[in-house]
Amino acid sequence: MLEMTWLLVAVPLASAAVILLAGRAARTWGHWLGVAASSTTVIVAFGAFFALLGRDAHDRAFQETLFAWIPGGQFSVDAGVLIDPLSISFVLLVSVVGTLIHIYSVAYMEHDERRSTFFAYLNLFIAAMFLLVIANSYLLLFVGWEGVGLASYLLIGFWNHHPPFASAANKAFIVNRIGDMGLILAMALMFAHLGSVNFSDAFAAAPGASTGVLTAIGLSLLLAACGKSAQFPLQSWLGDAMAGPTPVSALIHAATMVTAGVYLVVRSGPLFAGAPNALLAVAIVGAITLLMGAIIGMAKDDIKKALAASTMSQIGYMMLAAGLGPIGYAFAIFHLLTHGFFKAGMFLGAGSVMHGMGDQVDMRRFGGLSALMKITWVTFGLGWLAILGIPPFSGFWSKDKIIEAAFIGDGWKPWVLGMAALLGAGLTAYYMSRLFFMTFHGEKRWTDGQHPHESPLLMTVPMIILSVGSAALGLLLATNGAFTTWLAPVTGHVEHGEPVLAAPLLIVLTLILVALGIAAAYFQYVSRPVPVTAPPASAPILTARNDFFQDTINATLLQWPGEVATRTLVYAEAATFDGAVNKTAYGTARLGEGLRRLQTGKVRTYAATTLIGVIVLLAIAVKGGL
Amino acid sequence: MSPMNYVILATILFSVGAAAVLLRRNAIVAFMGVELMLNASNLVLVTFARTNGAIAGQVNAFVVLVVAAAEVVVGLAIIVAMFRARQTISLDEPSEMKG
Amino acid sequence: MREEIVFWTLAPLMVLASTALLFARKAVYVAMSVVVIMVGLAVMYVAQDAPFLGVVQIVVYTGAVMMLFLFVLMLVGVDERESLRETIKGQRFVSFVAAVGIAALLISVIGTVAIDQDHVAGLDRANQNGNPEAVGVVMFGSFVVVMEALGIVLTIAAVGAIVLTHLPRLVPALNQRRRSDARIKGGLDPVNKPMPGVYARHNALDVPALDPNGTPIEDSVSRVLRARGQDKDASEFRKQIGDGEDES
Repeated sequence: MLEMTWLLVAVPLASAAVILLAGRAARTWGHWLGVAASSTTVIVAFGAFFALLGRDAHDRAFQETLFAWIPGGQFSVDAGVLIDPLSISFVLLVSVVGTLIHIYSVAYMEHDERRSTFFAYLNLFIAAMFLLVIANSYLLLFVGWEGVGLASYLLIGFWNHHPPFASAANKAFIVNRIGDMGLILAMALMFAHLGSVNFSDAFAAAPGASTGVLTAIGLSLLLAACGKSAQFPLQSWLGDAMAGPTPVSALIHAATMVTAGVYLVVRSGPLFAGAPNALLAVAIVGAITLLMGAIIGMAKDDIKKALAASTMSQIGYMMLAAGLGPIGYAFAIFHLLTHGFFKAGMFLGAGSVMHGMGDQVDMRRFGGLSALMKITWVTFGLGWLAILGIPPFSGFWSKDKIIEAAFIGDGWKPWVLGMAALLGAGLTAYYMSRLFFMTFHGEKRWTDGQHPHESPLLMTVPMIILSVGSAALGLLLATNGAFTTWLAPVTGHVEHGEPVLAAPLLIVLTLILVALGIAAAYFQYVSRPVPVTAPPASAPILTARNDFFQDTINATLLQWPGEVATRTLVYAEAATFDGAVNKTAYGTARLGEGLRRLQTGKVRTYAATTLIGVIVLLAIAVKGGL
Repeated sequence: MSPMNYVILATILFSVGAAAVLLRRNAIVAFMGVELMLNASNLVLVTFARTNGAIAGQVNAFVVLVVAAAEVVVGLAIIVAMFRARQTISLDEPSEMKG
Repeated sequence: MREEIVFWTLAPLMVLASTALLFARKAVYVAMSVVVIMVGLAVMYVAQDAPFLGVVQIVVYTGAVMMLFLFVLMLVGVDERESLRETIKGQRFVSFVAAVGIAALLISVIGTVAIDQDHVAGLDRANQNGNPEAVGVVMFGSFVVVMEALGIVLTIAAVGAIVLTHLPRLVPALNQRRRSDARIKGGLDPVNKPMPGVYARHNALDVPALDPNGTPIEDSVSRVLRARGQDKDASEFRKQIGDGEDES
């Protein structure tokens, strides 16, 4: 089965091609073909997983070269797959969550006439995501990287007849591009100093390279990860990406694409091992983002934007864990898997609420839905409990381990990073509870004519399955440190240090903060009536509402100087080069005009010209010694 | 007397004929300039025939003469045709090649 | 000695005549000047032991070619006085430079030819049997192909002239038959007009003819005379016919 893993990429890609080429004809069957392609990947994924399980622990890296991709002499890259515990974990996540979301979309997008195109794009996405995680070289990973960026653009701007949605797609793509530049730089550095962009060759050459080079590579990879995972400073696109249909937000901007950055960092572990400063930078970026996302999430009234801020924050947790080095890699991936389930589940739940409330997203207009949308309420609630980190649900097992690992180390690092993680847990509890209470509890604050109802089976069943994952997956993977052991061949076996605050103390502190957060949210949004329009706010709240003015900062720092530079260059080019070229052309035309006057059309002029020519020729012939 | 005198005379006639072709607007007068040029070269041929003692120079002049006569025939026919078409024989008038 | 006199008399005349080519305004004057030059050239040919060529020059060039020129001149407008104003800018300057240039070039080139004046070969030996025979020997000897070619050239030139001046006939040529048809269709009298005074006793242009009835026929007197009022009526003759008396 391991040899068939290329089907993971080929089948959805072929399905996407068929649906797109069929066009209108696929209107009746396009979505089912998409679901079928996605289901096939689940089968292949589980097959490969069991095949890998059957091997010994140290033998679990299956590499196969598929074909010679770039036979370029010194820079030759072969396309191949690398199936090891890390990539299989991702493959399973993407295939399972992806297929569930495919099924959900059949009902969610029922009234859209371009539904088959939607499924084609979804298939394209999962094909590219698979390629990203099973690639055996950075270059092939980059192909998948770009592919998911493309699919994200197509899907965010799916309803592009609405100009703001099209702009959101452009914004996502452009910010991602800045990250891509980091990946290209990293690959160039790798090729120059390590000699190869293949994982195995690069990692083998890493110990021999200088710290400076490895730090540069590490920082470039960090830039790439920031772009794809919406980390500070490239986080501005995630909120606007909510313009896409909710299944897109669930799949791409919760579970899979945004986690590609974490995958990149963890996969490049051997490179970061020689660059502790780069690793520290990763951790700091993660810490900043997790706090920033939490603060933004506290002030958002749009349910999808609040969930997006939550995603940003949770990925900050993952990046923080990854930045802690080998001790944190496994926890980052663990949290990534559990987050995939509960966040996707919550996004699908939000989609279900929107479906029932006529596509409205303003949480100030929800309220009291728990009785009317029971399944949604329960599944969403399980996800809520998971993200809060309430035992025994998934989030407790993964997030607490991150907080514990953050407190390990010497000097200022464990205190700063650990406190940030702890504080983030409290803030997460607050804003997620705020979201939950505003949506499902409290008084009904609906607009006129709303008839909230439960969603059809095709939507509720995937939500139920995902909530089971939210509830149980953490416990399953954490028992006996199963997941850490599973990933050990990739992340390296590391001795656990002791956190500066004792582990049980940390758990208690975390739970206290979580409880405080839930209580604060309850007091604010259930005990007291919720205003239907956002009340006037103090400066911090305004800052949070406006995403820390990220768009304004980007515009001033990057866009405006860029525009000035471009305009200056355009003017300079027009004045000098264009001027030179145009003047040459003009001069030539004038020369032609001048020479044209020789052609008077009169015979005598031509006779004179001929005679002069004869004289000149004779003179040359005679004097030149012919 | 040096034969060069004849040659210089011929050169003068030749250049006058060339100037006439360039300067005169009447087609027939310009054609007469051409004839003058041909005759000047004939004079040079005859002079050097005498200098070198070879009759071939005179025969050459004879050939030139005959060819010039044939040329006059055709040239005048062209001028007549031109006159029939345009009612004028000014050399400035046919300027369709202008530009 | 004689040759020098001939040369120095004719050369200035010829140069003077050639200036007419540049400055004369009537084309016929130009043609006459060119005739003078041709005749002068013929004399110089004779002076240079080429009498055959000199005579041919007179006969062909002066007699035929220049006359051709004059015929065509008469055809296209012999009265035109050409304005000597130059229409093309810079043409005078260019022409002057070109003419002077070519003269200088030619003289400088040919001037380097070394001619030993005392040992001018002369054509005495070649002209032993007379110049025409000498020319004929060479022409029909080594130049025979050239001569044949010359014949062809002349034939082609003649044909070419006919072709160039050929007027394509767009309507059928008017012959007598067509003319008479047109006259009858036009209602004119099919026969000739009567001569004046044919039926009368006197052949006078201004007296109309009388038809058998004795009425004068208007058309028998020229329209011009009638318009001028110089015709006579035939009354004095009518009496004679009417009376039937004849005095003489």
